Parts: sequence; C-alpha cells; structure tokens
Amino acid sequence: MVTSASAVAVAAAEQTGRRRRPRRSAATRRDWLVGYTMVAPQVLGALAFVVAPLVAVFWYSLHEWNVLANTFTFAGADNYERMLADPGLRDSLVASLWFSVGLVALNISLALVLAVLLNQKLPGTTTFRTFFFSPVVVSLVAWTIVWSFLLQADGGINGFLATVGIDGPNWLRGEATAMLSVIVVQVFKNVGLNMILFLAALQAVPVEIQEAARIDGASAWRRFRSMTLPLISPTILLVSILTIVGSLEVFAQIAVLTGGGPGNSTTVLVYYLYQQAFRFNDFGYASSISVLLFVIVLVLTLVQWQTRKRWVFHEV
Amino acid sequence: MKSDVMSAPTPAPRQDGVRAGAAGGRRPDRQVDARARADSSARLRRRWGRAGLVALLVVLSIPFVFPTWWMVTSSLKPMSEILRSVPTLWPQDPSFAAYGEVFDLQPFAQQYWNSLYVAVLVTAGTILVSALAGYAFARIRFPGANALFVLVLVGLLVPSEVTIVPLFRMVNSLGLIDTHWPLVVIPIFGAPSVLATFIMRQFFLGLPGELEEAGRMDGLGRWGIFWRIAFPLARPAIAAVAIFTFLKSWNLYLEPIVYLSSRENFTLPQALTQYVDAYGGPMWNVQLAATTLTVLPVLAVFLVAQRQFVQGLAHSGLKG
Repeated sequence: MVTSASAVAVAAAEQTGRRRRPRRSAATRRDWLVGYTMVAPQVLGALAFVVAPLVAVFWYSLHEWNVLANTFTFAGADNYERMLADPGLRDSLVASLWFSVGLVALNISLALVLAVLLNQKLPGTTTFRTFFFSPVVVSLVAWTIVWSFLLQADGGINGFLATVGIDGPNWLRGEATAMLSVIVVQVFKNVGLNMILFLAALQAVPVEIQEAARIDGASAWRRFRSMTLPLISPTILLVSILTIVGSLEVFAQIAVLTGGGPGNSTTVLVYYLYQQAFRFNDFGYASSISVLLFVIVLVLTLVQWQTRKRWVFHEV
Repeated sequence: MKSDVMSAPTPAPRQDGVRAGAAGGRRPDRQVDARARADSSARLRRRWGRAGLVALLVVLSIPFVFPTWWMVTSSLKPMSEILRSVPTLWPQDPSFAAYGEVFDLQPFAQQYWNSLYVAVLVTAGTILVSALAGYAFARIRFPGANALFVLVLVGLLVPSEVTIVPLFRMVNSLGLIDTHWPLVVIPIFGAPSVLATFIMRQFFLGLPGELEEAGRMDGLGRWGIFWRIAFPLARPAIAAVAIFTFLKSWNLYLEPIVYLSSRENFTLPQALTQYVDAYGGPMWNVQLAATTLTVLPVLAVFLVAQRQFVQGLAHSGLKG
C-alpha cells in the first residue's frame, strides 16, 4: 500500500521540481542542499553497506576464493555449475522448502484461530493477547534455548508425557521430529505478530454486513467462511508472503536447536551458506549461494508488491 | 455452532447470547413470549460455548507462557533436580546458586553491558539517521530525491545473510574484527535502518503543512522546522522505530558470531549458548539463569509499554 502511493508522490514531486527549474531561487537551492545533507547519512550508508556488498557478492560468486589458502582467482560460472551438482545444496533447498511450507501453514492457521478467538469479546481477551504476543519480544536465542531444554530426550516435555504414560521421542535427534520441532518453536515465537495483523483485519470487517447475514440466519461458521474470510484474504496473502520471506532467513533456531542435524535434515539454505563461508572458508561458493538466496527473496518480494497493488482497494 | 441454529432457526437465541456476553449487540426491542423457554436454554448453551472458548484460550496459552515459567523455575533448581525423570513445576529447594555461576563461568556482566550499549547506540543512531532522511524524503523537494529513495529502498530487499560475506571482508580489511564497530555502524547506516527511514517518511508525509508554514512565519529555517517542530511531533514513529531497532540489535545472533571471537566482547545471545561443562554438555540451570537475566527485563518493559510494543513491532512486520 505504501510503496505505490509513495512512488506516485515522489514522481509528482519530481515533476514539480522539473517545472520550477527555470526560475529556482537561491532559497530553493539552499533547501536542496539541506535535503541532500539530511538524506546523506542514509544514502551513503545504503551505498556502502547494501549496494556495494550486493555488487561485491555477485563479483565474488564468480571467483574461487578460499580465505585460509588466501586464493582468489576468477572462475567464471564454476561456482554456479557446482551448485547444480551439489547434493548438499539440493538438500538445503529441500529443507528450506519444508521449513517454509510447514511454518507458513502452521503459523497462518494458528494466527487466524487466535485472532478469531480474541475477536469474540470474551473475558480476559487482553491478558490472552499479552500471552500470545509475549514471545515476540523474547530474544530469539533465549526462546530457542528454553525450548531446546524442553525438547531434550530427558527434558520437560518428555517428563510430562511420561507422567501420563507416553514414551516421548528424542525430538531434536530424530529425522522426522527435528524439523517439526524447529518449525513449532518458531511458530510459537512469532505467531503473535501475525495474530495482531489478522486481528486488525478482522476488526476492519464492517459490522453491518455481519449483522445482516446473522438476521438472514447464516451460521457463525458460514458467516466466517463466506464473508469474513474473503474480506481478510488480502491480508492473509500478504502475511503469508512476509512469513515465507522471513522463514528463509531462519538461522539462530537451527544453530541452537539442531546444528543442522540429524544428518543434514535441518540444514536450511542460510545455515548451509553460513557453513560454507565460516566453517569451510569457501567464500566464493558461499557468495554464489548468497546470490541464490537474494534472487529467491527478490522474486517473493516482487510477488508481494504485485499482489499488494492488485488488492489495494481492499486494504482501505 | 451449527446445532445452535438447527434447534432454534431464529436469530433470537443468538441475540440473547450476545446480551449475556455483553458484546455490544443490538437486541431488537420486541420480545416473543413463546420463545422465552427456548431462549433461556439457548442462553445457557451459549454461555457454556463461551466458557469453552475461554478454556480453549487457556489451553492455547500454555506453549506461550509455560516456557518462560519453566525457564525461571528451572534456573532455581540444582542439576540433580533438573535431570530427575519426574518434572517438578516448582523447585523443591529454590536456590540462586546457578545465578552466581553465570558470572563465574563467563564475564557475563561485561557481555550484558556489551549488548546494552550496542543496542542503545544503534537505537539512538538509527532514530537520528532515519528521522533526517525520512523528513527530507517526505517534505523537501530536491532533484534526484526519487532515485535516491529507490536506492535506499534496495535495503528492504536484501536479507542481512546475503551480504554477510562481503561485509565480513570489509570489516576484516578495516581491522575491526572482534570489535563492536560493525554491530553499531552497519545497522545504523545500512539495511536495518532503511525500514526505520521508511516508517519516518510515512509519518512525515502525513504531517499537516500548516505546522511548517507557521514555523516559517516565525522565522525558522529548514533545520529549525525539523528540530523544533517535525522531530518532536514524530514521537509515535520514533517510539515504533526505537522498539523494533532495540530488540533487533538485542537479539542479533548471526552478526556477533561472525564478527566477534573473544568472550569479553560477546553479546548476550552469543554468550547464552556458551554455558557448557568440560565435556560440552549444557549446564542447564546456569544457562537458564543467564537466559532469565536476559529475558525478564525486556518482558517487564513489554508489560508496561505493551501498546507501543505491539504497534511498533506490527510496523516492522508490515515492511515493504
């Protein structure tokens, strides 16, 4: 919603500026100077710490570069060819895909359930909202450490399961349960954020329509499915894409909970990138993985902006 | 829900339920006596339904609240109790011994200070940089503003993991590895502050032009208008930026483990993972004590300023 409007505003500003150019005064030019000075720290910072590194990472990805051996030779598309043939990279893409799909599915559905429940004007709603949101402000590593403690083979969860006679698995060491554990820990950490966004969307649904359907005898479920859900679907779509983009950047959770294991079943793309760069010192190959990550995020973000533009009238 | 409608296919029971729950419904004035009994049984059912929903909320709260409870209580237990097969919800003999060990095993106070001062510097710097840039992009018309803004926006597209290799090289060649410089300077001027600039710009776009006009009448220049009028008015946007910037810096993990190598320079998230015994096994009670010390202050501030936190973080969630 913001980007398209702002682009228009800036373009408009640009045009007025152009029209005025012939009779600009000293005062106008002084104003320009103030403008340039004010944006300078951010613009120069973006150049130095975003644009330049981005260009550099493309450049590095075309090189054979081992930090320890201190070699830096041009290698053309070698790193990219290696990516195509690398089973480790393929596994990490699969792991990332599982993680993203699982996270989005669980996160969005739980966020929706929580938002709908909190929208019922039940007693204690404010307290529950605080509960659900609180993990968002807890340090990610701290949250993950506590869950790691809970998910140990002899940890709290299995302890409580044992008291009701269930023999719990070793959550973080089993192929099947490790990824699920990472996903669940991440869902509880951040679902409160999406819940708030959905709650805002639900509260924007006009009461009159609900009332009319209610008087026509539509059940609560029917009203939700046929009216509320379509009305908040743009929000659901946007939140889903934001959650996918965020899910691609998962790192600390993997590092603390599973270290990428068992095997490499939870070695997601970013973790693989980190291993290549800072464990194997293969900066050239790590750079080509960075480029891949950037392209994926770029495509997803463009999709998000596109959908946002299309749904824009729904957002008012 | 469906059975509700099946048994009484009129809107009446629902209206009643609304009254019972004080949901601000609109109850029609006319009452139909014949329905009174159906009404009261439906009301009862409705009340039970609402009690069921509250019970559901209580159950759903467990995975959100219990970890914090478990963290605090376990930090007060000795290792022997932690490793017991039957978990205890409250320590049998609460002891703060683990909290002492937190400081013995690592320079934890120093690490705490590192995280704190880095986060404060990043927050202050980001507010300044983003307010200046946001104001100029919103209120000053200068040639090239559009192009420069697009250039800055690239920062929203680039996850920090993508640029970590070149940034590491840059920091390394400047001889700043194992210092806090990269953790302070890069967030203030680089990608993390772009979102802040974006939010500031949105805020300043909505500021009424009359206020600036009034300032100009009073003889203020651009800088005067910014410092005396626009910046003080931007308090809500500043609060949002401050909250998500501080938390982001406080929680940073990838960058510290890439840039820092000596213990006395570590930040908290990095330090928390270091509490292991001689065999590499985690010392849970000590680790959880350190974690408690990290988490509780932030949670306390959150409880006090909840509204600002929710708004500020919702902003950061809606980036782009």
